[in-house]
Amino acid sequence: MAKTYDAGVKEYRETYWMPEYTPKETDLLACFKVTPQEGVPREEVAAAVAAESSTGTWTTVWTDLLTDLDYYKGRAYAIEDVPGDDTCFYAFIAYPIDLFEEGSVVNVLTSLVGNVFGFKALRALRLEDIRFPVAYVMTCNGPPQGIQVERDIMNKYGRPLLGCTIKPKLGLSAKNYGRACYEGLRGGLDFTKDDENVNSQPFMRWRHRFDFVMEAIHKAEAETGERKGHYLNVTAPTSDEMMRRAEYAKEIGAPIIMHDYLTGGLSANTQLAQWCQDNGMLLHIHRAMHAVLDRNPHHGIHFRVLTKVLRLSGGDHLHSGTVVGKLEGDRDATLGWIDIMRDSYVKEDRSRGIFFDQDWGAMPGVLPVASGGIHVWHMPALVSIFGDDSVLQFGGGTLGHPWGNAAGAAANRVAVEACVEARNSGRELEKEGKDILTNAAKSSPELKAAMETWKEIKFEFDTVDKLDVSHK
Amino acid sequence: MSDMQDYNSSLGDAASRKFETFSYLPAMSAEQIRTQIEYIVSKGWNPSIEHTEPQNASGSYWYMWKLPMFGETDVDAILAECEACKKAHPGNHVRLLGLDNFAQCAGASMVIFRGDAV
Repeated sequence: MAKTYDAGVKEYRETYWMPEYTPKETDLLACFKVTPQEGVPREEVAAAVAAESSTGTWTTVWTDLLTDLDYYKGRAYAIEDVPGDDTCFYAFIAYPIDLFEEGSVVNVLTSLVGNVFGFKALRALRLEDIRFPVAYVMTCNGPPQGIQVERDIMNKYGRPLLGCTIKPKLGLSAKNYGRACYEGLRGGLDFTKDDENVNSQPFMRWRHRFDFVMEAIHKAEAETGERKGHYLNVTAPTSDEMMRRAEYAKEIGAPIIMHDYLTGGLSANTQLAQWCQDNGMLLHIHRAMHAVLDRNPHHGIHFRVLTKVLRLSGGDHLHSGTVVGKLEGDRDATLGWIDIMRDSYVKEDRSRGIFFDQDWGAMPGVLPVASGGIHVWHMPALVSIFGDDSVLQFGGGTLGHPWGNAAGAAANRVAVEACVEARNSGRELEKEGKDILTNAAKSSPELKAAMETWKEIKFEFDTVDKLDVSHK
Repeated sequence: MSDMQDYNSSLGDAASRKFETFSYLPAMSAEQIRTQIEYIVSKGWNPSIEHTEPQNASGSYWYMWKLPMFGETDVDAILAECEACKKAHPGNHVRLLGLDNFAQCAGASMVIFRGDAV
């Protein structure tokens, strides 16, 4: 029977709270951590989130009756306690796939983290996880090349790749900058990297930088006989300008370019990733601004969601945190989003903060990049935590070597190879790390000097955003 | 400055040429080679042997020694093929790969016998 029009404000839960609903394979599922205003019932708040992130508005309108809103609406289908925190709860919401434009993470986020985050009935709201149905995944372009193709392009097998961010971040001329790259690459690095805020400033315009860095790559390749790259940052004020820089990088034969996907924006990122796929280029992704979104345990977007968003939008590398370095990162949670980057199927695992099974279909994986405050002494733990499919990036840990970048690079290269060799031989890296490195240093004065330089440095702060695991 | 060591590498010095994984470590001992073969077998990868003249080492394709040893798990049999390849091509780099057919990518690749620097 047809519905009748009844103007006015309705309780959200009458329409959007559906505990009897069984989510469909094709539904997009979301888990929100909801901190309601005092006195508002959980079901009403969960329903409000479902409504405001899908079809609802604050009052009934007559045009609702021109369509089948019961089909298009988001459905709050479950509520769960947050372990160890009574101020909030998890709300699970299912959205029909028709609500989202194919291949557009932009559209998904605009709905799911749009107006609802400013909703008055909420004190805070955090998007903890999204299950993208495989039917939706397959509409997205994803990583331009993927892990295996990158290995084939760069000829790197059976070990983590090694990188280094060039410092100081700002102020070097293009020629001096190229020198720093050349020294690192000839010492044994696979990649050097533009810092994220190196774009095209007055002291070093992008084109000048690209030219000098390419000369550095060519010479280091001829000298070492190995393949090398530098992440040329093409992040730019407009996407037209970004594409101009990317085209030039391709023209001069660069194997890899770089983009900041949050500050640069997801439309630009998706465009660039598709171009990279069409043009055989690798794409390194930096994540400036992520901590603004993901660090507060009660409000924002969890990094595992931002990880999924990037894999769908497209990128071959993504910074993941190091677990052991100077930046935030709980070990289990980090392992969770590393799986999300690389694996083709990720099972629900609350001990790693993963709320849903996620099937990636045929979509290639992304290499996690461990970068920030790490040096040779961290190498055993890094190889153990990240495994071969990763990029380990030592900035200060390369450039800060007392004999310079080439020696710093060689120290890290010897250390990573020694750790892989030892792991393959069945040795426990985190337990025997010191012994493994000390032994390797016997044939590498560069490693020995590095071990003497950094022995005492440690970063021991507690993680601000911990997984919700302590039970009441 | 006297404590500082120069990084000794140049276009003119053939010994500066490297060949990817494990080429920054000393040449592998017989025992180390055996351990790495055991690792490849334990991962369920197919052992494969390739060799090249050192001056051509930077390309993607080296010469295959016979076919990849699909399903071979006998470490001694694998080692014997490595030795046979080395004997037939002295002076060449000989590398051992573990081919992961699920990832369709080498899971391991290492030069086990180093050719002459050129």
